[in-house]
Amino acid sequence: MLRVEKVTKSFDKFLAVNGADLAVEKGQLVAVIGPNGAGNTTLFNLITGIFSPDRGRIVFKGEDISELPTHEICRRGIARSFQIANVFHRLTVFKNVQVAVFSQQRKSTSLFRPAQRMAVEETNRILESVGLLEKADRLAGSLSHGDHRILEIAIALGNEPQMLILDEPTAGMSPEETSSTMGLIKRLAETHGLTILFCEHDMDVVFNTAQSIMVMHYGQTIIQGKPEDVKNNMEVQDAYLGGADA
Amino acid sequence: MLLKGVLKKRSLWLSVILLIILLALPPVIPRYYTYIMTLIFVTALLAMSLNMVVGHGGLFQFHHGVFYGVGAYAFALTLVKAKLPVWFCFAVSPIVAAMFGFLIGWFCVRLTKLYFGMLQISLGTLLWAICFRWYDLTGGDDGIHGIAVPSFLSSTTNAYYFVLLFFVLCLVVMYMIFKSPFGMTLQALRDNPERCSAVGINVKRHQLMGIVIATFFAGVAGALFVILERSVFPELLFWVLSLEIFIMCLLGGWFTFAGPVIGAAITVALRTFVGAFTEYWTLILGCLLIFLIFFLPEGVMGFLEQKFGAKRS
Repeated sequence: MLRVEKVTKSFDKFLAVNGADLAVEKGQLVAVIGPNGAGNTTLFNLITGIFSPDRGRIVFKGEDISELPTHEICRRGIARSFQIANVFHRLTVFKNVQVAVFSQQRKSTSLFRPAQRMAVEETNRILESVGLLEKADRLAGSLSHGDHRILEIAIALGNEPQMLILDEPTAGMSPEETSSTMGLIKRLAETHGLTILFCEHDMDVVFNTAQSIMVMHYGQTIIQGKPEDVKNNMEVQDAYLGGADA
Repeated sequence: MLLKGVLKKRSLWLSVILLIILLALPPVIPRYYTYIMTLIFVTALLAMSLNMVVGHGGLFQFHHGVFYGVGAYAFALTLVKAKLPVWFCFAVSPIVAAMFGFLIGWFCVRLTKLYFGMLQISLGTLLWAICFRWYDLTGGDDGIHGIAVPSFLSSTTNAYYFVLLFFVLCLVVMYMIFKSPFGMTLQALRDNPERCSAVGINVKRHQLMGIVIATFFAGVAGALFVILERSVFPELLFWVLSLEIFIMCLLGGWFTFAGPVIGAAITVALRTFVGAFTEYWTLILGCLLIFLIFFLPEGVMGFLEQKFGAKRS
């Protein structure tokens, strides 16, 4: 479904991503791991069009999307959540999701119809599926950290994506929150038939959830394969799993 | 009506009562006050149009006064120089302002934040310079005075009702836009443009659309100003005025819908009544601003909304 081929991106001669490869099949849960600064977030930014690659290709459903702007890529069916909670602070939780639903329904430029009666059902359904329905009227800025992260995912769902990219969905969460969030992600993948690509530092989480794991080191892809294969790979053990980060 | 269900009952009643009071005012108060009230409506409309992009859209629209000036000049020139029917002039001037808004906005939205603001000041000042220099067309620094408006608008009272009518009309339309998906997306853009593009919103196009709409209303305010004052002058396009309306939004509270009206009322009243005693009336305005930043960071209206629990946007 998504194919990243030999993608390279540098910032001021620093090679953030250096010939990364990644393949995501439809319906898969794919994890990208690698030490901090290995280029995970940059890779996600490249896929979602925040940057365009210096070299290489990104192909989604047979179409080269490497040069498309962010909003066009979103329209193609890729939605993402951000590593740093990135929500609309002065809007209510409900409206945060509603904005995404409007965009999905091509109603963002509708001028004279009252927003409060539009897309209510869809928005409520999304809020219910992630468990934020009781907090719908709270201002997003007043939510707890964990709820922020969930709201991130809910906003991404507002676009009815085929593929969801989650940048460290459980960063800064307590163990309980982490397991409930990962449970949510798994459930969403099943019920919505979503393809999910995520990056994560918690190895237990990764090896318990992902069906395929890609390991990055200094911007390069070391390996992509099934969890067992990755675990047994010597290079990965040297670079990462045996290191201080594990 | 479209507004049904959007406006809360309490706010609706309050607005109706306020409107009735405003309608009943002119016969009761002295003519000079009627004039000041009319000036407040015009300025308030201008401040509200600015707030659409600044408070709700989060854009650094630093030189909004230009579009007010363009609207005023468009009205004056089509009326005096081209001698077109007054209704036509009145209809065409907001469109001209919106066209200039599109033109300047088209360049500005390519930049962000402060750079957006700087470019706008530059381009706006260019327009001001043209107005200031082009004697044959605009009358240069003298401007154009004694513009003949239709006789039914010649009395202050009639001008008051005319301006009030369009002020309320514009307010209703702006409120509908504020509450529409477009308005909501604009507010989301203010909070987080990156996130907006990640949910599939074309940020630049949306911002440009916001600017065009806001400048349209600034143009209406400009035309209304000419109807009231019967003159135009380059100061309407000068950056000082732009700063002043920026302050009005801040004073009133720019995350609220009606805040700028209060801000405009305070500023116009200060200029009129304190300005009568001393030309340093801005000193009082400055002190007021300092007070505001410390005690009411959300502006007067923002404070009232918090106090009386009216639900935010």
